Order: sequence, then C-alpha cells, then structure tokens
Amino acid sequence: MALAIELNGITKRFPGVVANDDIDLSVAAGEIHAICGENGAGKSTLMKILYGMQAPDEGTIKINGEPVELHSPAEAIELGIGMVHQHFMLADQLTVLENVILGAEPMRSLGRIDLEAGRRHLDEVGRAYGLDINSDDLVEALEVGERQRVEIIKVLYRGARILILDEPTAVLVPQEVDELFRNVRELKAAGATILFIDHKLDEVLSIADTITVLRQGRTVGTVKPDDVTAGDLAEMMIGSELPVPDAGASTVTSEVALEVSELTVRDAERPVVDHVSLKVRRGEIVGIAGVEGNGQAEMVSAIMGTRTPDAGTLAMLGRDITGASVRERRQMGLGYVPQDRHREGLLLAGPLWENTALGHQTEAPYSRAGWLSRPGMRARAEHVQADFDVRTPSIDVSAHALSGGNQQKLIVGREMVTEPAVLIANHPTRGIDVGAQAAVWEDIRAARADGLATLLISADLDELIGLSDTIFVMLRGRLVARLDPGTVTPRDLGAYMTGAAVEAGTQ
Amino acid sequence: MNHTLARRVMLASAAPLAAVVIAVVLSSIVLLVSGSNPLAAYVDMVQHASKLETGVDIFNRATPLYLAGVAAAIGFRMNLFNIGVEGQYLLAFIVAAHVGALVALPSALHIAVILLTAMAVGGAFSGAAGVLKVTRGVNEVISTIMLNAVAISGLAAWWIVEWQAGGEIAATGGRVGTEPIDDSGLMPDINSWLEVFTREVGQGKRLTGMLVVAAVVGIAYHALLNRTVFGYDLRSSGANPSASHVGGVSPKRMVVAAMTLSGIVAGLVGMTELMETGYYPSNPITLLGFTGIAVALLGRNHPVGVAFAALIFAFLDISSGILQISGAAAREIVEIMKGVIILTAVIAYEVVRRVREREEATAAAEAMATAPAGAP
Repeated sequence: MALAIELNGITKRFPGVVANDDIDLSVAAGEIHAICGENGAGKSTLMKILYGMQAPDEGTIKINGEPVELHSPAEAIELGIGMVHQHFMLADQLTVLENVILGAEPMRSLGRIDLEAGRRHLDEVGRAYGLDINSDDLVEALEVGERQRVEIIKVLYRGARILILDEPTAVLVPQEVDELFRNVRELKAAGATILFIDHKLDEVLSIADTITVLRQGRTVGTVKPDDVTAGDLAEMMIGSELPVPDAGASTVTSEVALEVSELTVRDAERPVVDHVSLKVRRGEIVGIAGVEGNGQAEMVSAIMGTRTPDAGTLAMLGRDITGASVRERRQMGLGYVPQDRHREGLLLAGPLWENTALGHQTEAPYSRAGWLSRPGMRARAEHVQADFDVRTPSIDVSAHALSGGNQQKLIVGREMVTEPAVLIANHPTRGIDVGAQAAVWEDIRAARADGLATLLISADLDELIGLSDTIFVMLRGRLVARLDPGTVTPRDLGAYMTGAAVEAGTQ
Repeated sequence: MNHTLARRVMLASAAPLAAVVIAVVLSSIVLLVSGSNPLAAYVDMVQHASKLETGVDIFNRATPLYLAGVAAAIGFRMNLFNIGVEGQYLLAFIVAAHVGALVALPSALHIAVILLTAMAVGGAFSGAAGVLKVTRGVNEVISTIMLNAVAISGLAAWWIVEWQAGGEIAATGGRVGTEPIDDSGLMPDINSWLEVFTREVGQGKRLTGMLVVAAVVGIAYHALLNRTVFGYDLRSSGANPSASHVGGVSPKRMVVAAMTLSGIVAGLVGMTELMETGYYPSNPITLLGFTGIAVALLGRNHPVGVAFAALIFAFLDISSGILQISGAAAREIVEIMKGVIILTAVIAYEVVRRVREREEATAAAEAMATAPAGAP
C-alpha cells in the first residue's frame, strides 16, 4: 500500500528538552492511524511539524512519496494536509457555510462572495464524506459534536486528504464519540487518511487500523489493534501496567459529613436539579454517574454555594449551610476539584505559590488576620509540589506553563493539604494522562482512609466503579438509581444513565 | 534565584524603555519631515527640565497624573475599565471646594475634611457604576462615560453657578469660581523638604504637599493589593472570576469594591489644584482622568511603574513649554510622543509576555523530562 505520510528521523529540540527524538512514522494511504502517548510524550510537537507550524531540527518528511519541506500551515494545506484542532476555531455568530468558507471564499466579480458556489461545494464535500450538517445553522446553536463536524468539513472543503484530529474526543460525551467514530469511518471509506491523536486506550483500540505509541519523544512501537490489549498499550505508553482505580477496603463511618436534602435548582422554571437527597459519610466516596447535562453541574454549584438553590437544604458536619457563603463553606472544610481546571481552578497567569492559596487564602498559613503571609504561601506551595509530585522547575512559574496533569495534581494537592472534611471532586481526572490519573486516585484514596467524605462526579465509569463506596445515577436532574459498585458493571450503569433501566423506589 | 530576579526586572523594564526609545525615533522623523531640528528640540526640553523650578512644575504635574493613574490601575487589576476618573475627580473637586469653604477648622483637620470629602464623593460616584454593573448588568465603560457627562456638564456646571463666590460672577477680583477656602484648608508646600538637597526654589514655585499624599496612596495601593487577603481576592477575581468565586470570593462584591476604591483615589486627583488655589475655577485642569488611563497602561498598573509613567508624561507636558519660547519645534510634538509611547508600550509588553511565557513553558517541560526515573 502507498504511504501517505513518511517521517524519518524527526528530531525537534527546545532549549533543555528534546520534544521529538529520532521519530519514524509511516502512515498508509486510506488508513486510520492513531498516535498515542502521555501528555508531554511529543505527540503535539510531531503534529505541529507535520502541519508546518514548526520546522524539525533533523529528519525528512515525505507526503505521498514526495519529499517536502513545510514552512507554514498554508503549505501543508496545499499538500492536502488538514488539522482539526482540539479547541474549535469557529465564529459563533456566523452560519456553518460562512464559517466553512471563511478565508477560502469563492469570489464573484467586484469582490463579491459567491455564496451559492460555496454552498454547492460544501454540499458536495458533505455528500462525498457522509457528513450531515445544515449549512444555514448558526454555529452558536450547534452542539459540541456538530461544531466538531463543522471543523472537519472546513478542512475537507479546502481539499484535505490527510486529516490530523488532535484529541477529538476530549470535548465529547460518549454518544458524540460514537457519532464521531462513525464519521471518521466514513471519511476513511471515502478515501481519506486519518491521523488520530488520543490517549484514551479503549477509543484508540476501537477506531484505529494502526497505532503508533510515543514515549518521552521517542517511538516505542507501531502495532495493530488486534494484536494488543489496552494493558499492553498502557505498558508501552508509560512503561508499566495500566493502573486501575481500586478503593480497597471500606472505611465508611457512620458520621454524616455532607447531607443534601430535597435539593432543587430551577433554570427558567424547569427543574434541572429535582429533589435530590443524599448523604456522604466520613471515609466514604459517593459517586454520581450520569450523562453530562443532567444536572450534575448545577448540583455542584449549589453545594459549593455559587448558585442559590430554589428549594431544599444542605448541611455540613451537622450544621446547616444552605445560606452560607462560599467562603464560609470553604472555611468549614469544603474542598473542590473542578471539572474545568482552567475556568474554575487556576489563575493561569499567576505563579504556582499564589495558585496554591486559591480558595484558602483566608486560612493559615496563607494569611493571618487579613494579611497575606508570603513565606507561608511559598512554604505551602513547596510542600504541595513535593508531596503531590507536581513537576515544575520552581513554584515561581505561572500555572499555564504546567502540563494538564501537573496542573491537576497541583489543584488536588492544594485541596488535600488543607485536610478538608468534604471534597467535591468534579471529573477529577478528565483530560489528564494515566500517570497523573493514578496519582489523583491515590490521593483521594489516601484522604478517604483519613476520614474524608468525597462526592465524586465522573464520566469515567471505571473510575466511578473502582473508587466509589456507593453510586447514584443522575438523570434529568433526579437521582434515579442507587447502585453497589461491588456488583454493578459499566454496561448496567450505562443503561441507567440513558434511562434504559429504571430502578424503582430509589431517591 | 538572584539572577532570575534581575532578569525579571530587566524584562519588565525593557518594554517601557523600548517604547520611549521608539517614540523618540519616530518623533524625530516627524520633526525632520516638518523641517525642525529634533536634536535642538530635545536639548531645549532636557535643559529646561533640569532647572529646579521646572522640576517642581513637573512634580506638581506628575502628582495628579499619578493619582489618576492609580485610580485607573485599581480598576484594571479587577478587569474593570473605569473611564470615569475624569468625572469623578471634577465632581469631587467642586464638592470638596464647597465643603471646604463652608467650614472653619484648625489647619490639619480642615485639610483632612476636604480630602475625605473628595474621596467620599469620588468613591460614591464611581461605586454607583459598580452597583449598576452587578445589579443591572450595565457595562462600566458605558455607565462611567455617561456619569462623566452627568458630573461635568451636569452637576459641576450647575453647582459652580450655585456656589459662585459672592453669589455673582466677578465678585472676587474678576475670577470665576466657588467661594475660596480659608488658608487653614490649604496644604503647605514642601519646598523645605526639597531644599534639604538643593538650593532655594525660586520664582515663587511651590512643590505641592499632595506629593506626600500621592506617595501614601501608592504605598497603600501596593500594600492593599499585594499584602492583604482583600487584595488577593481582588486580583484573583480580576484574573479569573469563576475560579475566584468557587474559592470564596464574591465577584459582585469585588466589582463594587474595586470601583469604589478607584473612585476614592480619583477623588484626590483634583486636590493638587484645590490645595493650591483654594477654589474650583470655571476652567479647572481637565483631561487628567483620561491621561491617567494612559499612565496606568504605561506603568503596567504597578505602583512604581505608574509613578515613572506619570513623571514621563509630566516631563513631556512641562518641558515642552520651552519649545514655544525657543521655537525649536512645535510644542504639539509631545502629544505625538505620548501616543507613540503608549502604542509601542502595549506592543512591547505583549512581546515580553510571550517571551516570558515561552521561557516558562520550556523550563516546565525540562522539569518533566528530568523527572526521577520510575515516576510516571
């Protein structure tokens, strides 16, 4: 089979670090080729080189057998290489058609845009690749999965035959992932070559024809999915076996740390959290399963105090906190690991030692009587860096310089170091590599043994089943099932999450 | 550790220095094109500025600019654009002038009453924009622009007639303005502080005592922002309101607090003039509030940076006066210089930010790569 892409001996050095070290990669035309590796393994750098965003220090690139030198994405596009970025680059206020033709507008005389020609071409592309989209919809009205499809169409519209998809599933919910995979297979059927960057092993195994694993900037190996298991891949990626979440023996006590009673949150009269009641005891991890958008986010906001509930009460350590401010709750020992660490977790431009104090700035050792203690903040940050294995040159660097996994370890460490009584862990391992994931699990497990009450909201069913002492399923704002993680399977959970199975009499 | 600090300082000051150098170069081109000798103009300006009396003028000018800059900077640190410093200081100016004229008190107390009145008026007027923002969602840029009109063309224009000295125009020796404040309410100059280092200040120039107030404001601004929990709350809420909110900081409270504090400092801007003349004239020094925004921008909202920026602007304003006499160039060249300085500073700061970000990312990647073996 002809090779669409052939990379030989690609090396890229940044000051002090070799991002790509003598990488070879061969991608056959018309295949789905997955590149996997931990964060920092060199996947992004390699793709940037292939897309002309960075020049390699050494090595050669051949596209469709021809040696090429790429100096800009425009040249890559010229050669039929297109990249779908993880973060969408779409104008919300424009229609799908307008977004797709943006920068590649078909022109009529006098500088007028030929929308009809654009529409015809877009329809052709859509038909050819089996991508279904209404070209007149406003992008702001589209779901995440549909926006991603627009991004893919944008690339195809420009004539790309080789598509680089950069962690396309990171932003999608399970159903959307299925839809994406269907689209990707149709793209392949229509003759496109797909480079698929991912680090979720089950996804890689189900979609890829060939898998290349990178570790620390080097190619570890290229395998066929039929020949390997997820465990084998993980071993290739991190050099050891795939960690599994396992809570170990129960440490549940009888002391209730967090009690949610009949909590209701309405959004324009519609209840998005509907009479939710649950208890989390000291030493217990209560898991909340559910497809995203079923009220989990609103429930978390109500518990944290950033959103006022419309009905119901909240109690922490036996004290009513329904009317307490966020700060009062935090001071009582409410810890929080947010779902989106950039939005709710970090001051990205601030140094790590300032980020360590965030959420606890009123407490010792960060401050005393309203005055900040810089030595206290710095000492604590160093302590968190060491104990929670945050890989950073120093605590003076800005938070944005760290990789996702290290940012998450910093957040988890900052919460754990204050010894909270209750922890709200909202998708605590989303988008981080397996190594950091295992570290976060270990931290939660250790704190549980010390009596921490944890409410764990997660989309990772293995994580929920492995860590939780009890699992509730949330559907349309209600807790529709209470399950025992000792006996439940991901398949069962999935059935409850989608409403296919209903357990009577639970609340 | 020490060399990284030195590097940081170097990076931080490289941008404004580059801005000034580029401004000088571009202004020289403009001067050459317009047929003037740039070197002669600069020599005139620097020679003029190096005279003690001109120096006093520069500091007197820099003082209100610094206060206006700090006022704008407080807003910027909270991601708020208080474009209403102009209205706030003029309104505070006229009310403080009126209140000061109404009371008779021992000097220190009299001055304190006047300054506190100005701060209260500025704070309340600016705080109102903050309240509008958090309760009604009114963008503070729009509301403060509107409130500028209310303050300047509305209230101040009305009250200057109401509070006209002697009830009639020209009743006080031909000048138009509010009833003058007793001498006890005027701030003494601090020429004697300056004369410790140099000769006696001539030409009847007086170094304003407000310089001390401005210095205190700068120190307080620095301490509040960097040394207190409140300052941490304010900065974190400005940098990331969502993260700060779940961290226990109410973004609404911080918006009102920042706008109020900004207005309190803005209220002091007009006091340099009031403390000298004792009344609100029909033509007070205006545009200090808008210039303050530029000063804050150039000074990176940093208490010391803003001070340098205010001095640069004051130097340009005052020293260019000599150009009218010497005829070396048109005085307006300094306006071009100010504009170019701001534009280049904004670009240079962005370049420095990116350089620093890249360096940090590289260093962090290095830390990953050299992690202990066996760690994931």
